Amino acid sequence: MTQETGNIITLKNVNKWYGEFHVLKDINLDVKMGEKIVICGPSGSGKSTMIRCINHLEEHQEGDIIVDGVILNNDLKNIGQIRKEVGMVFQHFNLFPHLTVLQNCTLAPIWVKKMPQKEAEKIAMKFLERVKIPDQANKFPGQLSGGQQQRVAIARSLCMNPRVMLFDEPTSALDPEMIKEVLDVMVELAGEGMTMLCVTHEMGFAKKVADRVIFMDAGQIIEENDPESFFNNPQSERTKLFLSQVLGH
Amino acid sequence: MSEFVPKPARPAPITEIGAIGWARKNLFSSIPNTVITLLTAYVLWSVLVPFLGWAFVNADWVGSSRADCTSGGACWVFISVRFNLFMYGFYPEDSYWRPNLAFILLIGFLIWLSIPRIPFKKLGAILALTVYPVLAYVLLYGGFGLEVIPTHRWGGLMLTLVLALIGIVVAIPIGVVLALGRRSEMPVIRMVCVIFIEFWRGVPLITILFMASVMLPLFFVGGTDADKLMRALIGIVMFQSAYMAEVVRGGLQALSKGQFEGADALGLSYWQKMFLVVLPQAMKIMIPGIVNTLISLFKDTSLIVIIGLLDILGMVRQALADPAWLGYPAEGYLFVAFMFWIFCFSMSRYSIYLENKLNTGHKR
Repeated sequence: MTQETGNIITLKNVNKWYGEFHVLKDINLDVKMGEKIVICGPSGSGKSTMIRCINHLEEHQEGDIIVDGVILNNDLKNIGQIRKEVGMVFQHFNLFPHLTVLQNCTLAPIWVKKMPQKEAEKIAMKFLERVKIPDQANKFPGQLSGGQQQRVAIARSLCMNPRVMLFDEPTSALDPEMIKEVLDVMVELAGEGMTMLCVTHEMGFAKKVADRVIFMDAGQIIEENDPESFFNNPQSERTKLFLSQVLGH
Repeated sequence: MSEFVPKPARPAPITEIGAIGWARKNLFSSIPNTVITLLTAYVLWSVLVPFLGWAFVNADWVGSSRADCTSGGACWVFISVRFNLFMYGFYPEDSYWRPNLAFILLIGFLIWLSIPRIPFKKLGAILALTVYPVLAYVLLYGGFGLEVIPTHRWGGLMLTLVLALIGIVVAIPIGVVLALGRRSEMPVIRMVCVIFIEFWRGVPLITILFMASVMLPLFFVGGTDADKLMRALIGIVMFQSAYMAEVVRGGLQALSKGQFEGADALGLSYWQKMFLVVLPQAMKIMIPGIVNTLISLFKDTSLIVIIGLLDILGMVRQALADPAWLGYPAEGYLFVAFMFWIFCFSMSRYSIYLENKLNTGHKR
């Protein structure tokens, strides 16, 4: 176990290739407990790949990834332990359409944590209340709006009581008027001290909650800084160009 | 401002609704359509009327020999006299109660498991998959005080059902495992599964049955002569599971990658992911394919006639060769066709019912 002040995630010289293509180049990153990090960059820059490496949805070929003191390698036990500690929210929600909202939330606690069903349901209802949709608990995901589905996905992850939450473009697939309800939940979660890594294009969210903004391009971390310096005083030309395009309109 | 009052609805004109409206729209909407309708009606009339006359009106139903078939229509006496043979083969007559009981139990379990309102499904499934096979084996084959009836005396519909049922029940799980293996990330497992599937799928069932009955005993030098029915069954199961595996693989591939990743990210193990998330969704997609395979398996069981086991078709063909009953092939084959059709049609209807039931809950 790491101490509250220590790093919960460490990436050391991480490299990854898709066949011949070098996606991640010497990535170094330390994430402190309770830190909120927003990762931005143009598409294809490797930002999603990077956070997907953290819970081993993608495999890295070189370097070390250490999550909560556990080294991520091909050992299934380590992978399982890390996935228990790390929650993930996807762009397309990835809810299970054949299960109700409540069953989506209780599935992993019951089967992975061996929690009794009653207790799992109680916890699930608690988190569904926190994302403000307890009344939808017995509906199927297909009956909900995109924003509601994404909030269910957040609640589903929280039910495993993770120490870190990864968000992979959580609002990119949503209609404009639904983005806010998801971001509100994320802001609230940040306020409660959750460690968060968030790949997003929502610069307003970055300004509001991030402790650090990371800018990636071509598989490298180009710049990282606190949001104020990042947005007002970007160091590299590449960052300036990106910001002018993202914030330009 | 006057209040809005909707006009009262008037009944539709007679040409739009009812039998007349339907006929106008579907049968007589244009000149070519009318011609086709009349032609079809003529063909149906000229085929159906003589057939119905032959099969029902002029048919002979009761009697004990061909001498009772005098009216010139179908001689169903042939079927009724031989009925027991068609059902049980050469199974001893005083033991008919044994397959009967096994069949009644089977129907009971099917009703238990297939009608949603009956409770204790889990218990029913466990009993049906553990206790029932043993019970059915003892009932059909013998042992525990029951006279042993060797499998070469089995035949008729009973043999057809035994082959089809065991083929179905065993081939599905093997097929699922093979399909998962074929999509496995472990190269050795994947290769073994691909070779297995492609081998059995590339060989005709007839060849497999021949191999099972002729070649296999050659390899077992000195008496380990497995039962002929058992050998045929193993061949059928291998063949069908290869087909089943490809149906299941199709279902697995129809699922989005996100479902696998969602389950992974929550920390579910491989088997939890497959059985809790992937297969329940894939099953829904696979139902038409699975039932298609089951129906073709059911009909393929007739092929065992080439290794000397007589299923219902084999029994009928044998009866047709009997000099006492020469000349009634139409009745015999119609009867077989009808029996096959009943089973295949009910499988098909149940699959449609299942699809509808699973579809209303949620969209994919």
